[in-house]
Amino acid sequence: MSTETMNKEILRGGQFLVKETQCEDVFTLEDLSEEQRMMRESTKEFADRELWAHWERFEKKDYAYTEECMRKAGELGLLSVAVPEKYEGLGMGFVSTMLVCDYISGVTGSFSTAFGAHTGIGTMPITLYGTEEQKQKYVPKLASGEWFGAYCLTEPGAGSDANSGKTKAVLSDDGKYYNITGQKMWISNAGFCNLFIVFARIEDDKYITGFIVENDPKNGITLGDEEKKLGIHSSSTRQVFFNDTEVPIENMLSERGNGFKIAMNALNIGRIKLAAACLDAQRRVLTEAVKYANERMQFRTPIINFGAIKAKIANMATNAYAGESASYRAAKNIEDRIALREADGNSHQDAELKGVEEYAIECSILKVAVSEHLQETTDEGLQIFGGMGFSADTPMESAWRDARISRIYEGTNEINRMLAVGMLVKKAMKGHVDLLGPATAVGEELMGIPSFETPDFSELLSEEKDLITRLKKVFLMVAGSAVQKFGPELEKHQQLMLAAADILIEIYMAESSVLRTEKNARRSGEESQKTQIAMSKLYLYNAVETIIKKGKEAIISFAEGDEQRMMLMGLKRFTKYTNYPNVTALRTQIADAVAEQNEYTFD
Amino acid sequence: MKILVCISNVPDTTSKINFTEDDTKFDTNGVQFVINPNDEFGLTRAMWFKEKQGATIHVVSVGEVSVEPTLRKALAIGADEAIRINTIPTDGLFVAQQLAEVVKNGQYDLIIAGRESIDYNGGMVPGILATLLDINFINTCIGLEIEGDAVTAIREIDGGKETLATTLPLVVGGQKGLVEESELRIPNMRGIMMARKKVLNVVEPTDSIRGTEDAKFEKPAPKGAVKLVDSDKIEELIDLLHNEAKVI
Ligand SMILES: Cc1cc2nc3c(=O)[nH]c(=O)nc-3n(C[C@H](O)[C@H](O)[C@H](O)COP(=O)(O)OP(=O)(O)OC[C@H]3O[C@@H](n4cnc5c(N)ncnc54)[C@H](O)[C@@H]3O)c2cc1C
Repeated sequence: MSTETMNKEILRGGQFLVKETQCEDVFTLEDLSEEQRMMRESTKEFADRELWAHWERFEKKDYAYTEECMRKAGELGLLSVAVPEKYEGLGMGFVSTMLVCDYISGVTGSFSTAFGAHTGIGTMPITLYGTEEQKQKYVPKLASGEWFGAYCLTEPGAGSDANSGKTKAVLSDDGKYYNITGQKMWISNAGFCNLFIVFARIEDDKYITGFIVENDPKNGITLGDEEKKLGIHSSSTRQVFFNDTEVPIENMLSERGNGFKIAMNALNIGRIKLAAACLDAQRRVLTEAVKYANERMQFRTPIINFGAIKAKIANMATNAYAGESASYRAAKNIEDRIALREADGNSHQDAELKGVEEYAIECSILKVAVSEHLQETTDEGLQIFGGMGFSADTPMESAWRDARISRIYEGTNEINRMLAVGMLVKKAMKGHVDLLGPATAVGEELMGIPSFETPDFSELLSEEKDLITRLKKVFLMVAGSAVQKFGPELEKHQQLMLAAADILIEIYMAESSVLRTEKNARRSGEESQKTQIAMSKLYLYNAVETIIKKGKEAIISFAEGDEQRMMLMGLKRFTKYTNYPNVTALRTQIADAVAEQNEYTFD
Repeated sequence: MKILVCISNVPDTTSKINFTEDDTKFDTNGVQFVINPNDEFGLTRAMWFKEKQGATIHVVSVGEVSVEPTLRKALAIGADEAIRINTIPTDGLFVAQQLAEVVKNGQYDLIIAGRESIDYNGGMVPGILATLLDINFINTCIGLEIEGDAVTAIREIDGGKETLATTLPLVVGGQKGLVEESELRIPNMRGIMMARKKVLNVVEPTDSIRGTEDAKFEKPAPKGAVKLVDSDKIEELIDLLHNEAKVI
């Protein structure tokens, strides 16, 4: 394939909003190769045998067990999937690394956090920004699980405002070392790691700098006690104190002042991986919930027969399906973009960095959407278990608590919502994505007379696709006018940004789910996709409801008089169904299918 | 030592069982296939001989291209080479005849098959295979040690164990006990990648007899609805047990 044609086919980051994607161009879980399926099987078997079989241990602050499981994961090669072969990793593509992250993370947030902190933010800064020597020295050890990594960005006074840290790095008199002094907080894996990625400020630099620091208690490094936490009880989280810790100058990561960029790019990957990490937890919770509902008798019938329970099961399945669809769609875009850049002669390191950065918007969207789906799913799963859900003897209680952290770390969901819209607006300003052209077109469309013809929606999912095209217009209308009105000041209108983010998120999730279903229906027949069609329709219906609510709120916040009236009319027109789906029937259909399977599995 | 592990590709135990074509064929739609558990115990024991005694392991399966993922899984676990005999496996006699041909061509010292496959539970293949090859045979084998040509094997017998001494070449009908469940290997990521590079030979079947043919399958009748009787209505319960269930 020539570079040019590849270029045309791979959607750029954020472009989903202004370009129509064909279903053949999205990657779905059903497209996994035989080898990827085998990798997934192995990962599942590991999770079942080593994690699920012992989930209670993770509730007893058994940090040593988490570490033991991490070593076992290392033996199976599960820590080295993303590491290039040159550094004794497996050099697998981005989709494969997502797959492992997905299926290893479903049992307990404790292991999932340890795995994510090590393979993601603990290792990636070196593979992405390290010098050849740094990579040779550290990466093979991290890939095999001989060593574990941790990432020290957050400080007591620097959380979301990550560049505001006070940790200092001072060059020694002989110019051979930096002496690092400062306090880091909430550091995952601190209790058992061999290496820290530490961000510190040199002199009064505007931006922080990254360093690789080996964990040596004799070198001024002390740890706080394990934090007492709501969930992820066996994930080690401690403060780390650096007191004149000597770090050789060759351990600086990238250049002076480049730390904030490293931190942010490591987080881009972290975010999409976190979305993946929230998928299998949904599958498992839903599977446990449906098994329970099939067996638990009340009023002389299994509770699955109650509409109240069916509605929950259907919503849980629908969210999981949309999350899978969007996560793997974006993952493949990233993989293709990396391949494309490599084909253009860039180093793998550079290609990967730019490949992920390109989809930073999608990474933020996914982080928010999937972590919130997981939260809802664990909440409803617990509810289906009733009193037993509240009991620590069933895995619902811990799943519910463990889910909570995903909305906080790797950038809070508020920060990620703002980032998603902010980055999109910036891309538009830079001309990388043409938002203003389509936004103007939408404005003109609103002035014109709408067509009164009844469209032909006989083809499968055609009304849904038409609706998604119109939902994109809602975003363009709202965000376009807001940008015109506020310019760069838009960022200060946070409630408006948040509303716009919700519209954006719902569009991406709904579209991904519809495209996945369409693709599979075309190749395997509509009959095989009955439940998936229902889930895609239900997700979209819920998305439309959210978009109506958020759109209205956003429009009223900044537009007045005729402009407001016109935009509200546009909102109505763009969110209108010709044939309303009967969502009650859809939910029943979905729940019955999941109940019959007695588990969540759709690929 | 050259070991051949015979692998049958069977539906996962949690699969929903249905039949098509007038109940004469198993419906593979939506069914996940795995290595027959009894064969996996054998393969895992073979891996022990490979690692401790330098044995070479070949795996063989009779089946169409759809069995290849299962063979590649065996390669990912650590087998050195795979052979697929390109035909639909029907009855035990047919399969054993096909396998015998591979054994004759490959000069194996030890042939491990499962005691039975968990799909049709025929349990005939290892016995017929040993007969066709005219070599020693140990069935329901739960322990296997080999020194040179000398074999010590443990067999499960009703309510106990029997230790046998024999010599190679040998056919073993293996099962759980050859290794324990906890010793079964999860294919590691590198093994999975290497499997792609290992040899998977496809050989055409030999002419052989198909002794039997599936005429019809039947599923057990589905369970009827459960009748609940209030605990204070013992009379009603006894009446139902007498007259409806007719069990007392
Ligand atoms: C269990 C756990 C593990 C962690 N692991 C690590 C780790 O390994 N390494 C590491 O470096 N860090 C780690 N963290 C830290 C984590 O990344 C931070 O907690 C997170 O970034 C939020 O920072 P904060 O806690 O200071 O909250 P704050 O930044 O104080 O935020 C408080 C609230 O204000 C909101 N807020 C803040 N700024 C804005 C804004 N500009 N606009 C709108 N709303 C805003 C936030 O969304 C949040 O709701 C971990 C945290 C926890 C709890």
